Amino acid sequence: MGIIKALKLGFDYLRYDDDGNVEEKYRAVDDVSLDVEAGEFIAILGHNGSGKSTLAKQINALLLPTEGTIWVDGMDTAKEAEVWRVRQKAGMVFQNPDNQIIGTVVEEDVGFGPENMGVPTDQIWERVNESLEKTRMTAYRNHSPNRLSGGQKQRVAIAGVMAMRPSCIVLDEPTAMLDPIGRREVIAAVKELNEKEGVTVILITHYMEEVLAADRCFVMDKGKIVMTGTPREIFSQVEKLKEYRLDVPQVTLLAHELKEAGLDIPDGILTSEELAGVLCQLK
Amino acid sequence: MSIEVKDVSFVYSPGTAYEIRALDHINLSIPDGQFIGMIGHTGSGKSTLIQHLNALIRPTSGQILYNGEDVWAEGYDRRRLRSQVGLVFQYPEHQLFESDVLSDVCFGPMNQGLSREEAEVQAMKALRQVGFPESEVKRSPFELSGGQKKRVAIAGVLAMNPQILILDEPAAGLDPKGRDEILGQIALLHRERLITIILVSHSMEDMANYAQRMIVMNRGQVAMDGAPGDIFPRIEELEGMGLSAPQITYIMHELAKNGLVVQKDATTVLEARDSILEALGRSRRGRREKTC
Repeated sequence: MGIIKALKLGFDYLRYDDDGNVEEKYRAVDDVSLDVEAGEFIAILGHNGSGKSTLAKQINALLLPTEGTIWVDGMDTAKEAEVWRVRQKAGMVFQNPDNQIIGTVVEEDVGFGPENMGVPTDQIWERVNESLEKTRMTAYRNHSPNRLSGGQKQRVAIAGVMAMRPSCIVLDEPTAMLDPIGRREVIAAVKELNEKEGVTVILITHYMEEVLAADRCFVMDKGKIVMTGTPREIFSQVEKLKEYRLDVPQVTLLAHELKEAGLDIPDGILTSEELAGVLCQLK
Repeated sequence: MSIEVKDVSFVYSPGTAYEIRALDHINLSIPDGQFIGMIGHTGSGKSTLIQHLNALIRPTSGQILYNGEDVWAEGYDRRRLRSQVGLVFQYPEHQLFESDVLSDVCFGPMNQGLSREEAEVQAMKALRQVGFPESEVKRSPFELSGGQKKRVAIAGVLAMNPQILILDEPAAGLDPKGRDEILGQIALLHRERLITIILVSHSMEDMANYAQRMIVMNRGQVAMDGAPGDIFPRIEELEGMGLSAPQITYIMHELAKNGLVVQKDATTVLEARDSILEALGRSRRGRREKTC
């Protein structure tokens, strides 16, 4: 069994009337089964309301399944006794950095998680140092978080999660609020954690370029996983993605347009180097 | 209906240890009817600048002129100014507060002195213009999806009939289709109602697709001001300011490096396609549908 495994997972949001009776039921995650191996980098794509965030919140037991089961490192998240261990295994980073930073100094913020877990003080410092190093934020350890750029704040948030030594990190649109350089910094930090530390990454994003870093992607629609594959396999299907309200990276779109215009270009071009290579042969 | 920014500087917490010069001698002229894109890294002064444009912030020095009049002159009607220069903040969903969508959108026009009936007419018109479904106007704004909340917030500003609409990252966090829909609606407002649009965004691709003129902010100053086609080829300068060019610009540079004679100032997928086809000596065979 992989580090994250879900079997026929379902989740309903309920709306109650004044008397406490269920008035409306909305199925946000529907019959999702998946198996993620330790060390994988997974990207989850899907339009707003497709169920991505609901699925993500079930990975660290912020939400519990209405149906089916999800296991994190073999632990069933629905078992109350496991909840804290599940959350340590699977850390979460959200969209808005300002909502998840609580410390007045960077290093204090990073230390919050392990302190909360009851880690002895000397080990907390060790973990703080290590996490700041991994996210390249050591130089800012004595800064006030509110003076950092968006990308730096997100890296502090990631360091805070890393200090709990999770084996898996779930990032829910971590770059949506950032400027281009901030986006690049965060994705580079995540990729490095994945490659060097072997941390399993689940990245939810609307930026198609960020998906290229992933080993596999899942495309969600109406609560279900509707496509699975490598970024190249997924982005080869421009028209199908459009049906799911998604895009492809601009270079892939350009290649697709050129193909439609009659040029002999293969599907699923992902980088400008690839496109340049193909076009130069056509010259 | 134009805005002139004359030598405006703004300092946060002057005279304290936390003093920050957010705007540094800004000069800008914003004539009628332009679609302006504003970019700049976090902390470059964009948000401070746009809050000056509808007099939410008073400049430390310099003047903001609206139709030739100093908006900070004694007796100037700044309340009126704020309904003519509408501002949609970065988290439009934070601007919502009423119990149903229609009342929320009515708030602005009623505040301007319209009766509820008159306000509702304006509100329904604004909701239609942002593509909000009429059947949903009695729902609570807090039950809506992110994209719908943003539409309602934009409608709330639009219902006041502004001449100038300033939007701070209206599409952040939306899926690609939702983003195209919102920006498409804004472009339509610009064309049909001839409203001046100032769009603040971190997406260089959106800038390339929609803006006629771009203002690049850096360290509280206007670093560049011109058409996207003139600004984006300056990749190195942009990256030095924590920004980037659209992916297409990078692709065109890569192609040029490989010996293809393509236009390096192409910024959209369609421009790039046409330029590549031409470089390869292929005609376009009259294909012209929109792709984004």
